[in-house]
Amino acid sequence: MTLFIEQSLNGLQFGLLLFLLAAGLTLVFGIMDLVNLAHGSLYMLGAYFAATFAIWTGSFVLAAVMSLFATLLVGMLVEVIAMRRLYGRDHLDHVLATFGLILFFDESVRLIWGPEGMSLPLPSWLNRSVEILPGVQYSAYRLAIIVVTLSVAVSLYLLVMRTRIGMLIRAGASNREMVGALGVNIKLLYTLVFGLGAALAGLAGLMQAPILTVQIGMGENILILAFVITVIGGIGSIRGALVGALFVGFIDTMGRAFFPDLLRMVLSPTAASTAAPALSSMLIYLLMAIVLIAKPEGLFSTSQR
Amino acid sequence: MTGWLSARNIAIVTLVAVLLLLPLYIELGGNRFLLSLFTRIVILAMAAVSLNLILGYGGMMSFGHAAYLGIGGYAVGMLAKEGVVSGFVQWPVALGASALFALVIGALSLRTRGVYFIMITLAFAQMAYYIVGGIARYGGDDGLTVNQRSQFLPPVDLTNKVQFYYICVALLLASVFLVWRLINSRFGMVIQGARSNEIRMRAIGFPTYRYKLTCFVIAGTMCGLAGALLANHTDFVSPSMMYWTRSGDLIIMVVLGGMGSLFGPVFGAMALLVLEEMLPFIIKVVATPLFGEVAARASEYWQILMGPLLLLVVLFARGGIDGLLRKFDRKERP
Repeated sequence: MTLFIEQSLNGLQFGLLLFLLAAGLTLVFGIMDLVNLAHGSLYMLGAYFAATFAIWTGSFVLAAVMSLFATLLVGMLVEVIAMRRLYGRDHLDHVLATFGLILFFDESVRLIWGPEGMSLPLPSWLNRSVEILPGVQYSAYRLAIIVVTLSVAVSLYLLVMRTRIGMLIRAGASNREMVGALGVNIKLLYTLVFGLGAALAGLAGLMQAPILTVQIGMGENILILAFVITVIGGIGSIRGALVGALFVGFIDTMGRAFFPDLLRMVLSPTAASTAAPALSSMLIYLLMAIVLIAKPEGLFSTSQR
Repeated sequence: MTGWLSARNIAIVTLVAVLLLLPLYIELGGNRFLLSLFTRIVILAMAAVSLNLILGYGGMMSFGHAAYLGIGGYAVGMLAKEGVVSGFVQWPVALGASALFALVIGALSLRTRGVYFIMITLAFAQMAYYIVGGIARYGGDDGLTVNQRSQFLPPVDLTNKVQFYYICVALLLASVFLVWRLINSRFGMVIQGARSNEIRMRAIGFPTYRYKLTCFVIAGTMCGLAGALLANHTDFVSPSMMYWTRSGDLIIMVVLGGMGSLFGPVFGAMALLVLEEMLPFIIKVVATPLFGEVAARASEYWQILMGPLLLLVVLFARGGIDGLLRKFDRKERP
């Protein structure tokens, strides 16, 4: 039972983290109609920045804040230099151009930080476990991730639904030309939205950094998960991203934790232990296939384009 | 229409001649490494030709095409590991497995279009990657060495490098021919019509879904054959064969060569792979006199140039190599 609670919390934490990535992806797609494969690179950069700033400053929180701004800046820079020229073009162009960006970012990281990974040590006040329920211990850091991501999700909702900028973002998503014609500086708005998406990816990366090793290519595996989430949730929908992310986070974590045991009940132990890793990594794709059969446009599709 | 003596046709004839005469050049004292490189180019060109069928002619932006390379390769590798080395078993299994995978993936992903299609094909290919990486019996993430190449009846011997090269070239030319026949058939017209305006094609009464799915399966099967060849060429299969960046490489080959042109993907594959081999060398030669030791080290990081180069091609040279040749032809005759 303790294990179950612990794994559900892990699933929640992973799901919320994935939400940060998927939200940025879906925001950029919904508003600019831009497919950004390089989103995972920004996630990777967030982790590298945080690890580096932590060495420079010696403070975890300071490093986190600095790397958040750094990814925001990098995102805006990338938008101004490259992405701006891609709006209104074919999706294939987006895919190719951002694929080129991935190669560029991966190689730049190799050049700057070297091929071996980095690690981001946790400060002592986070690196311990707390008693959340009588008799149930849970990592304080993972709990902190849940709190931070939840508050980011709420403020993202408030930003998009309750502020003037959010109103412009939603307006831009439904009719770009009209917003531009009404005198809104659409270029600046796009740069900001892209930077926001980058910062969200960077935040996910820097929070994941103490749990995993910071290494080249870390963004690519998680990018695929973010794609699965956007497909499940419906492209352009932040609500869909949240629901999809929680689904994927739970199923992935639970699958890895309990699926081998379940399989052992049905199959012989040796057969189960060989089949389990392959099958448990299939679960989320099965989920995606089922959603596709039922609702090809995703659960919360907004765009009728 | 330009006459027969257009730059485009000359380039194609030259390309085929180079491919056919390469072993002769190597016999006369050329670099032996070239044969290995060109075998690789020819095999990947075949994969690119198959991708071009759905991407260029069918307008289906599949980002999971490398999965078939892996499936074809693993069919050969797994059967060889289990002691079945006959090519008459291995190759049909490779083709059948790729066709089946394409059928399932295509049936699901063709229900959607546009960006969804890109992401879904990508996700499913990645699923195949993870599954293969999880099977410990066949090496898992480390890959699987293929100890023995596919066996055929006597005069055919795949361990003979020149003979294997010619088999690859023959299969490449055969697949280009197949694509040529396909796109000029009624079937091909429907596929290309569905790319331009699917709603209209359906209104005329064509069940475009079935046509597109058939096209998707044909392309997947063709790429599966390329995978079987690749396993025989490298004597090794690993999950990285189907990693999604490989699919990206295949798309680059098609776009670099020119989408929806018959020989474009072959040019593209050659350009990309030769560039990959040459770029570190070029950087070293050009930059070392200027910047000294730093440049020599920087040449290890040649991919840093590859990315922006790709960006530039996308932004400024959409037609690829084929587009450039055509533009040249148009300038020739006013």
